Amino acid sequence: MAADTLFQRITDYAHRADPYPLFAELREHRVARQEDGSYLVGTYHEIEALLHDPRVSSDRRNRTAPDETEAGDAGLPPAFIGLDDPEHHRLRNLAMRSFGPPHTPGRINAMHGEISRIVKDLLAGLEGKKRIDIVDDFAYPLPVTVICRLLGVPIEDEPRFRQWSDAIVTGIDPNPKEDPAERQRAAAEARKTMALYLGDLAEKRREHPSDDMLSAFAAGDDTDGRLTPLEIMATSVLLLIAGHETTVNLITNGMLTLLRHPDQLARLRSDPTLMPRAVEELLRYEPPVQMLPQRTPLADIEVAGVTIPKGAPLILMLASGNRDPERFHDPDRFDPLREDIQHLGFGSGIHSCFGAPLARLEAQIALNALLQHLDTPRLPEDPPPYRRSPVLRGPRHLLVERG
Amino acid sequence: MHGEPRDGRIVIVGASLTGLRAAEKLREEGFTGSLTLVGEEPQPPYDRPPLSKQVLLGKVPAGHTGLPQRRELDAQWKLGVRATGLDPIEKRVLLADGAEVPFDRLLIATGTRARRWPHPAEGALDGVFTLRTSDEARRLAERLDAGPRRVLVIGAGFTGSEIASACRERGLAVTVAERGPAPLVGALGGTLGALAAKLQRAHGVDLRCGVTVTALEGDGRLTGAQFSDGTRIDADIAVVALGAVRNTEWLVESGLAAGPRGVTCDAGCRAFDMYGIVTDDIFAAGDVARFPHPLFEYQLLSLEHWGNAVAQAEVAAHNMVNPGPRRRPHLTVPAFWSSQFGLNIKSVGVPTFSDQVVIAQGSLKDARLVAVYGYRGRVTAAVSVNQARSLEYYQRLIETAAPFPPAPGAADQIESPDPVPSDVPDPKLLSHGPTVALTGHLPDRRLTVVQPAR
Ligand SMILES: Cc1cc2nc3c(=O)[nH]c(=O)nc-3n(C[C@H](O)[C@H](O)[C@H](O)COP(=O)(O)OP(=O)(O)OC[C@H]3O[C@@H](n4cnc5c(N)ncnc54)[C@H](O)[C@@H]3O)c2cc1C
Repeated sequence: MAADTLFQRITDYAHRADPYPLFAELREHRVARQEDGSYLVGTYHEIEALLHDPRVSSDRRNRTAPDETEAGDAGLPPAFIGLDDPEHHRLRNLAMRSFGPPHTPGRINAMHGEISRIVKDLLAGLEGKKRIDIVDDFAYPLPVTVICRLLGVPIEDEPRFRQWSDAIVTGIDPNPKEDPAERQRAAAEARKTMALYLGDLAEKRREHPSDDMLSAFAAGDDTDGRLTPLEIMATSVLLLIAGHETTVNLITNGMLTLLRHPDQLARLRSDPTLMPRAVEELLRYEPPVQMLPQRTPLADIEVAGVTIPKGAPLILMLASGNRDPERFHDPDRFDPLREDIQHLGFGSGIHSCFGAPLARLEAQIALNALLQHLDTPRLPEDPPPYRRSPVLRGPRHLLVERG
Repeated sequence: MHGEPRDGRIVIVGASLTGLRAAEKLREEGFTGSLTLVGEEPQPPYDRPPLSKQVLLGKVPAGHTGLPQRRELDAQWKLGVRATGLDPIEKRVLLADGAEVPFDRLLIATGTRARRWPHPAEGALDGVFTLRTSDEARRLAERLDAGPRRVLVIGAGFTGSEIASACRERGLAVTVAERGPAPLVGALGGTLGALAAKLQRAHGVDLRCGVTVTALEGDGRLTGAQFSDGTRIDADIAVVALGAVRNTEWLVESGLAAGPRGVTCDAGCRAFDMYGIVTDDIFAAGDVARFPHPLFEYQLLSLEHWGNAVAQAEVAAHNMVNPGPRRRPHLTVPAFWSSQFGLNIKSVGVPTFSDQVVIAQGSLKDARLVAVYGYRGRVTAAVSVNQARSLEYYQRLIETAAPFPPAPGAADQIESPDPVPSDVPDPKLLSHGPTVALTGHLPDRRLTVVQPAR
């Protein structure tokens, strides 16, 4: 077998805890063609340009090489994250209608009290424990509870959709060394099951609506069109997954980073008003979505002197762009007071993160509460064990002991 | 000029967006000398874009659009007093109250004011408004609150169209009169002008193009208006939205190259004197400035754009406190936005600097699109309607003088990729001034249609 390509090393689990030296290597190439014909881009300005380039597609069906994910997904349309405008815009807008502006501008802010209550309950459950797992005890249950309330999914069903969700996330693991077919079949299966489950819930909400997004999807509103039942399924699967597989990493990566920088931790503890900016720096420094693996050019596109051919897999390494010294001063330094901080943590362009306002709010509240709650927290194990996924990267467990 | 440019006396005339941002930047760059801001309006700097949007909608009171001050300025504010003259030899600004303010360096940031109705007696009728200041916005908003039976908007440029939009959103009856063939046509050309016309009508505006208002009627109070086509309407409010006039009269005797089109300066914001010689210590920025831009063949541009005011203010301030070799040019690609009739319109480049236009993404039918403008085979501007996210891409094409029409391949290119004439009318055909003017030549000189080689 040929030597490992850069991308194989990046996705190799052995480098999960610290992929950043590999990103530095990637930035030296600017655009790195891999043996399998895919292209990796890891410099800030190039990524930023590609994210705004209308010739870059998010629809895997535009790839020249046949894509197994597609085959496995028969029956369910791609969610808007995997579509281009104008379809993407139509679906995203319909989904956004019950989530954010202009139709529902106050929804996320109105969650403030609710999120704080959930955080308080979770912390109350930790009373008396000397050793806690930030992931299992806190960073996972918080966003799950929040997204369930928002969508209108019973939290009691969590164990069921956790399994599906795990399988789906494993399916987007792009490690080219392993045979992906089996994983992707399992992912497609899980996605279908989850879709049926959510479609069923939406159907029930049609008769008994309440104040949640599934009800809004089901009720529709014909002025700008409405989601079909299949689109409701695809959209709510996306929101449920995105809503709880990313924020958990933002909170956990955040806590880990702060534990590694005790001076900064102390400063944030004494001044909670600094947290919004610190969360932005965390999104730069340890972004929960490390890469966008599913872009494809619709025409030959020249990037930094390299022509990326139409139809080639194009992988945008957001986490690498976030540490590009051509863009950020002293990029490997975690500086929660950093002023110049236009990070790529939420992507950019038409697909820029739908849930960003919610993720920000959850992370700010959660991290502030954790800092107030844990006095003299210690990290018994560093690095902690990581989750498998190189795309949605974060610790699987994060043990913290308090003094 | 002083040996040490971070010291001495700096005076800024015009205490609005440009003046404030320049003052902040001066301090940020380490200017430690005395700083004086002179402003005719009595209130501290405020933001104007909301005046024709949120303020008229009643969402924000006119007095609540104050610009945030981002740092301690340690400045003397002379507000509520007008500068009446400039003595460039003795280096003094003369004020209306008789005072004189000496300076070592001066920044001219006096912006523009609304053009008045040409017949003073008609313009003085109760119910006739212009909209440039927060005071004017407050009074107009109050009258809209009172529920007029019909509002007449004279001029369908950006300001006029935004006013009409706000009135419709409030459910008021509106007539818009425009001398040109369509709303916004002076800024965006024929294709988007036609879209704007369609949308205004769909929103219930009584839009009349190709006509002028010949008389405002009333006896003390406005009662109606007559049009050049012989028709008349009843109206109890008329908003005169005929564009802006540059505030340069106070510079008439200064020896500067200052006139109705603005104060001419170089790319580093240094003002020219009337012989075209650049001054060392007098700078101009914001709506009042006209400056050469290499992307548009070094023609003098004058812009009425918020973002330009900020960027140019910062360049001017930087250059005021840095020696020659460290000075920077103001080469920002012009950009502005507008919101009206449910549309979010954004523009980069200079759409009037064009001979052709193509819908590069989206469609006119859905009112969601990017129109790309070209001049002699290169991209010079792009305007997005409800689709701003890829504008950065087009900005790069403008900056690199990429070939026009842009290569196909956009995911949502729906309409024909064939360019059509951009139909930018002679400004004389408009009732309002364009918000971007190429003040080197008039844009109507550029209306040759160039067929790109196939
Ligand atoms: C209603 C409205 C809506 C707008 N909407 C948008 C928009 O959506 N997008 C966009 O990009 N731009 C918009 N603009 C344009 C934007 O507001 C201007 O580009 C910006 O205000 C320019 O700032 P300035 O400081 O250069 O000039 P101005 O804001 O005009 O300020 C000049 C100041 O100088 C003072 N002054 C004038 N003469 C003298 C004198 N002799 N002595 C002392 N003081 C003097 C004036 O009183 C004024 O306060 C809008 C403008 C208006 C009026």
